[in-house]
Amino acid sequence: MMDAALKDFKRFTPKTLPKMEAIAQGHRACQGCGEVLALRMALKAIGKNMIVASATGCMEIITSPYPQTAWQVPWIHVAFENAAAVASGIEAARKVLMRKRRIPRQRTTIVAMAGDGGTADIGLQALSGALERGHDFVYICLDNEAYMNTGIQRSSCTPYGAMTTTSPPGKMSIGQHTWKKNVPAIAAAHGIPYVATASPAYYTDLMNKAKKAAMIKGPAYLHLYSPCPTGWRHAGDLAIEISRLAVKTKVFPLYEVVDGRYILTRKIKKPKPVKEYLKLQGRFRHLDEETIEEIQQRVDREYEALVRKAALAEAE
Amino acid sequence: MPKRVGMEVSLAASEAACAADADLIAAYPITPQTHIVEHLSELVADGKLDAEFVPVESEHSAISVCVGSSAAGARTFTATSSQGLALMHEILFIAPALRTPIVMVVANRALSGPISIWNDHSDIMAERDVGWIQTFAENGQEVFDLVIHAFKVAEDPEVLLPIMVNLDGFTLSHVVEPIEILSASEVSQYLKPYKPQMVLDPKKPVTMGPVGMPEVYTEARWQIESLLRGSKKVVVRAWKEFSKHYGRTYKPIETYRTRGADVILITMGSVTETAMTAVDGMREKGIKVGLVRFRLWRPFPIEELKRAVTGVKVLAVMDRAISYGGQGGPVFTEVRSALYGQSGQLQVFGFVAGLGGRDITAAMFEQMVKKAIRYAKKGKGPLYELMGVRER
Ligand SMILES: Cc1ncc(C[n+]2csc(CCOP(=O)(O)OP(=O)(O)O)c2C)c(N)n1
Ligand code: SF4
Ligand SMILES: [Mg+2]
Repeated sequence: MMDAALKDFKRFTPKTLPKMEAIAQGHRACQGCGEVLALRMALKAIGKNMIVASATGCMEIITSPYPQTAWQVPWIHVAFENAAAVASGIEAARKVLMRKRRIPRQRTTIVAMAGDGGTADIGLQALSGALERGHDFVYICLDNEAYMNTGIQRSSCTPYGAMTTTSPPGKMSIGQHTWKKNVPAIAAAHGIPYVATASPAYYTDLMNKAKKAAMIKGPAYLHLYSPCPTGWRHAGDLAIEISRLAVKTKVFPLYEVVDGRYILTRKIKKPKPVKEYLKLQGRFRHLDEETIEEIQQRVDREYEALVRKAALAEAE
Repeated sequence: MPKRVGMEVSLAASEAACAADADLIAAYPITPQTHIVEHLSELVADGKLDAEFVPVESEHSAISVCVGSSAAGARTFTATSSQGLALMHEILFIAPALRTPIVMVVANRALSGPISIWNDHSDIMAERDVGWIQTFAENGQEVFDLVIHAFKVAEDPEVLLPIMVNLDGFTLSHVVEPIEILSASEVSQYLKPYKPQMVLDPKKPVTMGPVGMPEVYTEARWQIESLLRGSKKVVVRAWKEFSKHYGRTYKPIETYRTRGADVILITMGSVTETAMTAVDGMREKGIKVGLVRFRLWRPFPIEELKRAVTGVKVLAVMDRAISYGGQGGPVFTEVRSALYGQSGQLQVFGFVAGLGGRDITAAMFEQMVKKAIRYAKKGKGPLYELMGVRER
């Protein structure tokens, strides 16, 4: 079914990037924010014909201080945990209104967007419900690995060892002591047609995935790596550098899950050591060699598991 | 001519949403609301109602789907009870702010704990201040009519606020009554298609639900308060129009045998029918008692209340919910404060009864009235009284 929807799919190239912007300049994100960058790219790829339902979080706050708005497309914010449910309502409403001929028949991409907290923690139930019900929408998780809007508290997507204001390192603590929740796998477990991870360092890849997600009928889930200089304690000009390193160290692998089949979209043949990634960020500064080694091993193991899944799909 | 049929009141609520040609229903099952949504999904499945039925995974999502749907321009309906209503709480505040004219039926039920599926008003009273219009039905016909009326009022461009229609769980929701069910075409003469004022549409982008800084938050909330207060004239106008079309007349406050009454009993919901029996009995015994029932609870019909109790000396107000650690039940405290300083001689006494499905009998109403008379003679009574509570 995937192939049919993507029959006319044309990849973006650096020369064919659309000029359209869904979010205007002058929003209030921190300097060098990687989250708004990832969001901007994804929405550019989807195009004007969309409606966005946003969760509470950094992106909502920085784009909508009344009477100003950065939004050039229809946008609604209701609460923190329900972006997927609000998007479900919009999608279902438009479906019936088109059927009853009260609005013109036209395919509009319904986008739900939320941070890692709004997705993996408080919004997981609403997300699961919406994916399971099969609404035709694109869910974008902007993963900056903590609750940034409220001041850098840990989430279930915060990586092992990271310092946040609620996972502080101390005599009895190494910082975050749990491993990052695998939300794309949870999304994929719903048997939806399209799941992908993407990074703003690989912007054409990100935009192509966003475009595919919008073209496909049914639920699509995008998990976007979103560096946050403020929360990760890195210099404002390093968001892209760190995004690239996350991929090259295998910390944040890029892949798609198309109709349940895993496809690695960037194979890492000669990985860089995880340490190179960690050392650029203040949130990992306190980690000792032993912990870094522990993280390295976990990253290797998880990447191998992913490679095996992709190989399995290829062999089919 | 509309047909009058014997029907379970829950189903009449669904039939009303169907006759109103609702576009979208999102709901999550909870006793005693279940029959309402089961019947609606049936109506959709059978093609009798062309609507999207969104079988959500929680009430929080039910109301969130409704907000999205209404913002996209669809006529939107839901129903819930008790824990479900409480789970919606967060979003209930947001729906009026986004001007989404959702209609919700609440089959009133006690709140946990202990868990109880039975009727009282603790669920709705906890949501009293969320900024929704709130009406209370006494019988099955009224449930049907109030749902139709709710769409008319909610979608009025002067209002554009959500409405809850309350009906007592089990004692009303699960009884079979003779009800005149209007057809969709009959209803369409009264209720015109929904014309949303602002919708999510790529052709005309709008931003809904922005951040409210301290410079604008007060005004944003004041707008809801003004709209809600102003909605009373639309509520009343829509009832008048309803009466012209279908012959049944509704008012914000209903009175029964209040002429020449010294004492008035104040109630809400379906127990009012029992209260009427009690009033008849007492009148026979020579007690000059009358009855006032709130049909409209938000906006609070203050002028109508004042008018209804003019010349009365004693009020016995019944609540179906406790305001824990407060000044007495919500209906009692509001009635008393509405009349404060107004009527020199008037004394108001509060009674709480029928919690979690405990029976409310005519004898109990008589007790309330007699107690109120006694307290009035003494010039003082307790803060409020919980009727029939066992000490051991
Ligand atoms: C029900 C509820 N609980 C808590 C909050 C407070 N809150 C607002 S945004 C937020 C964190 C957002 O984190 P995330 O979803 O990761 O987005 P980010 O700000 O990091 O982009 C929290 C805890 C809220 N608004 N609503
Ligand atoms: S706190 Fe982080 S995610 Fe939020 S706006 Fe600033 S840089 Fe972006
Ligand atoms: Mg976050």
